[in-house]
Amino acid sequence: MSASQVRLLPNGDTALAVEFGERIDRATSERVLALHDRLARAVLAGVVELLPTFRSLMVHYDPVRTSHAELARAIAPLLDGLERVHPAARRWTIPVCYDAAFALDLGEVAARTGLSPAEVIEQHAGATYHVYMIGFLPGYPYMGDVPARLALPRRENPRTAVPAGSVAIATTMTAVYTLGSPGGWHIIGRTPAPLWDRRRDPPAVLAPGDKVRFAPIDRPEFERLVARAAAGEFALEAEGA
Amino acid sequence: MTSALLVVASGSIAMLQDLGRIGQQRYGVPVSGALDPVSLRIANAVAGNPDGTAALEMFYRGPTLEVAAESVRVASIGAALEVSSGGANRRAPAGQSLRLARGDRLSVGASDPSLVAYLAVEGGFALAGDLGSLATFPRAGLGGIGGRPLKKGDLLPLAAPRAPERPERRAPKWDLAPPTRVRVVFGPQDDYFTERARQTLVESEYTVSRQSDRMGMRLEGPVLEHAKGFNIASDGTAPGSIQVPGNGLPIVLLADRPTTGGYPKIATVASADVPALGRLRPGVTIRFEAVGVEEAEAARRELETQLAALRDRFEAVRRAR
Repeated sequence: MSASQVRLLPNGDTALAVEFGERIDRATSERVLALHDRLARAVLAGVVELLPTFRSLMVHYDPVRTSHAELARAIAPLLDGLERVHPAARRWTIPVCYDAAFALDLGEVAARTGLSPAEVIEQHAGATYHVYMIGFLPGYPYMGDVPARLALPRRENPRTAVPAGSVAIATTMTAVYTLGSPGGWHIIGRTPAPLWDRRRDPPAVLAPGDKVRFAPIDRPEFERLVARAAAGEFALEAEGA
Repeated sequence: MTSALLVVASGSIAMLQDLGRIGQQRYGVPVSGALDPVSLRIANAVAGNPDGTAALEMFYRGPTLEVAAESVRVASIGAALEVSSGGANRRAPAGQSLRLARGDRLSVGASDPSLVAYLAVEGGFALAGDLGSLATFPRAGLGGIGGRPLKKGDLLPLAAPRAPERPERRAPKWDLAPPTRVRVVFGPQDDYFTERARQTLVESEYTVSRQSDRMGMRLEGPVLEHAKGFNIASDGTAPGSIQVPGNGLPIVLLADRPTTGGYPKIATVASADVPALGRLRPGVTIRFEAVGVEEAEAARRELETQLAALRDRFEAVRRAR
């Protein structure tokens, strides 16, 4: 993709979105993240914060210190050669208990995909996921892509309360509910790993660009890890980068 | 002994807010902060604080607070204050600072005509906050006192044990009336709407719905027609983003807006007009007016110039004892 296909869209006078396309795919995401890294290093005057999303980078700015036109001029030369950038990724393994007590929708997902519950688990835990973005809730990671066999639209009737730690799938994405919240994704397990801690900076364990795998654990292991997490003795650690 | 304000009655809903939690949006953390940052900044200026000091944001009926400190100076914007000290009562209009002594009871009146009122205390509150901000965001338990609105019995610790003696001041006249016209910049997804929808947005009257909250102002009025569906791959939101879900009714995103969203955004309210949105009560009507991004930026710079000049224009309040 050439720089000319990139659109700079105003979000009023305090943000502009640098948009690389309308679809969700890894190549687009890599360009968003590469531009994020470039802009974070460039430290443009008046830029308040940067937010990478699936297909665009949101640049929040202070209109007293800069302007849409000034930022557009500064960003244009940074759009070339983004596809050549390969940021080093952190790799995480997140333990998940797929026990029926937590996997509220596992049976339904199995029925709708024509797989057995064991096959759903095998498929979900068999892939490596890319963290596209964090949004919806504090620390909530949009991770993809789930194996095509598991891709289902969101639930028609969203739940009013999804427990924290729930691992869910919808469309081509999988996610972990970092806080208890209403939600419309299919819940297929629960992780004992804390992915959000307001006392830490950054408060979210995962960041866009990270790679994630899920490791099935049984109920006793889940309970043991929950107890260790509560005692502050269990935190995920990344490999690489 | 710590210096504090004791919450005797919590009022309708009151919580601490500042100018927001900046720098955490990429971790999904909403900015939060004052719904009406202009009123917050004026309240802080009158109380003698920097602009971003956390203050109480109060909806409808204000709280009653008892002074558990040697003295404290307070200033409110958007609500009158009433003080009872040992049987004697005094009142201060909004926009004027007031020095209180130990044992005084401060009753904050109803927010009027604005939806929100602010109470700043000189020196601010001695609280740690979360992720660099005291802004209360109850959904994630961030900021304020325990990440929630005030409750009866709460102690709000004060950073300053006493307020220095000095003439009280009054903010110069500032128009805080809820606006009827709100400027918007089209985009980022106005191409997801029909030409008629774009016209409808700026030619119709919309009414603020009762379903509005600190996350978003829901509007009732003519439906905005989508041209290519109402789902987009989620992207970033801004303060004042006007997103339009499937029912075609616009929602203006406010202080507690989620950092990202999956509905197309037809336009964005100019940042100079976003604070005024926080003053709008359910039931009032507004009209949108399209401006270009340069015009919106200029309006914001003008607002900042006026706010910067405010501190040179304080009026002294004559002692009336």
